Amino acid sequence: MESLFINLSQAFTAWLMSLGLSAGWADALLLAVQWTCIVAIVTLNITILIWLERRVSSFFQERLGPNRVGPLGCFQTVADALKLLTKEDIVPSAADKLIFKTAPALFIIVAVMLYAVIPMGDGMQVVDLNVGLFYFISIGSLSTICLFMAGWGSNNKWSLMGALRAVAQMITYEIPLAFSLLGIVMITGSLRLSEIVEAQSGVWFIILQPVAFLVYFIAATAELNRGPFDMPEAEQELTGGAYTEYTGMRWALFFLAEYTNLVAVSALMSTVFLGGWQGPWLPSWIWIIIKTYLVMMVFFWVKWTFPRIRMDQLMSFSWKFLIPVSLGNILFTGAGIYFCKWMGWC
Amino acid sequence: MLTDYATIGVFFLLTVSFPIAAMALSWIFRPKPKAAPDDEKYTTYECGVDTRGKTWIRFRVNYFLFALVFLAFDVETVFLYPWAVKFQKLGFFAFAEMIVFIAILVVALWYAWKEGALEWH
Repeated sequence: MESLFINLSQAFTAWLMSLGLSAGWADALLLAVQWTCIVAIVTLNITILIWLERRVSSFFQERLGPNRVGPLGCFQTVADALKLLTKEDIVPSAADKLIFKTAPALFIIVAVMLYAVIPMGDGMQVVDLNVGLFYFISIGSLSTICLFMAGWGSNNKWSLMGALRAVAQMITYEIPLAFSLLGIVMITGSLRLSEIVEAQSGVWFIILQPVAFLVYFIAATAELNRGPFDMPEAEQELTGGAYTEYTGMRWALFFLAEYTNLVAVSALMSTVFLGGWQGPWLPSWIWIIIKTYLVMMVFFWVKWTFPRIRMDQLMSFSWKFLIPVSLGNILFTGAGIYFCKWMGWC
Repeated sequence: MLTDYATIGVFFLLTVSFPIAAMALSWIFRPKPKAAPDDEKYTTYECGVDTRGKTWIRFRVNYFLFALVFLAFDVETVFLYPWAVKFQKLGFFAFAEMIVFIAILVVALWYAWKEGALEWH
């Protein structure tokens, strides 16, 4: 069970090579298969996730939630997806057509690109980049541009306001997000995600870096535009934020990308802070799924517990609290490492 | 064998096909009514009221200030990552350097704070 997928992919490559393909082409074809699996799993998982979030949120608010379509309402999202698929595509005549149409496509591309470096099991990584963690942060921050393109291209005042808020919020929270992971890089001495996981075979980094974990969690919530930081698409005041003018499949792509980002960030959090795929008894790829789902449940929990934060509070919380705290965390980690070495503990 | 970055490149090319495939799939199923470009449904949605004035106007300088401070910190982040990777190998020198580096960051943050760039109006 443990190396099921690795054996499968090796067998696939060996079979391709036996057909007379060169190693490069065999690798490229294997990559195509891996990519298809990732996209299929991500897309199907999101229908489950949306159903789960609606059920969980309704229990938080003492409602029943979707419960009519299929057992426990589990076909509700399938029905929603079919509806979005068959809906007319409306591009407002005032919109900047090119930017309006590229924004959702770019958003989903950026979200799927994140999965290239996440270790989904022992040795199960599409590519083990030597700058894996940095790649994740930099690709993840590109989604800011997509949201701004959507807001600007729509030529709608709600959209523009939502986009401006989104950009202000996302660039603000990107700094504590990047700073909080520095402590882990200092301890591991590597940006390779597989090495970060290996370094946690003894103690998980959530125990060594609890402050960094909290800072990263808050900043990631803001970066994902999830409640209580969902100012960019505050429905009650901005109708749909940057997504106001989108319909049908384009809107679905935005939604898909948001949840894809959520899964990716949860997977990174379990990789970096919660020991990644390491765990007893079960195969490594089941452990990462369990941990990712647990982190996502905490995201749901936070979203449906806290009320939305005011814009000025949101900005000053990052600049005046999270950034000084994460800088202090870097100093503290550096001092801690040398203290440990001086005492001979590590 | 593909190198790491070639793999990322191929992954990107594959990913580009995803939104194209999704839009193509929806093109097959969705209705395509023929409406004039000045039809009501193509107007900008502002809760049913006709839109007034331009959207693409100049906006608050506040956003620009935040963007400037962000830029300074983002460049610092790019410098901090390689430093953090080599932190344990460089010894005490790196530790002293870190204090200087973070002190500069703190001074920058303090200056922005004092000048009111971090206030949201």
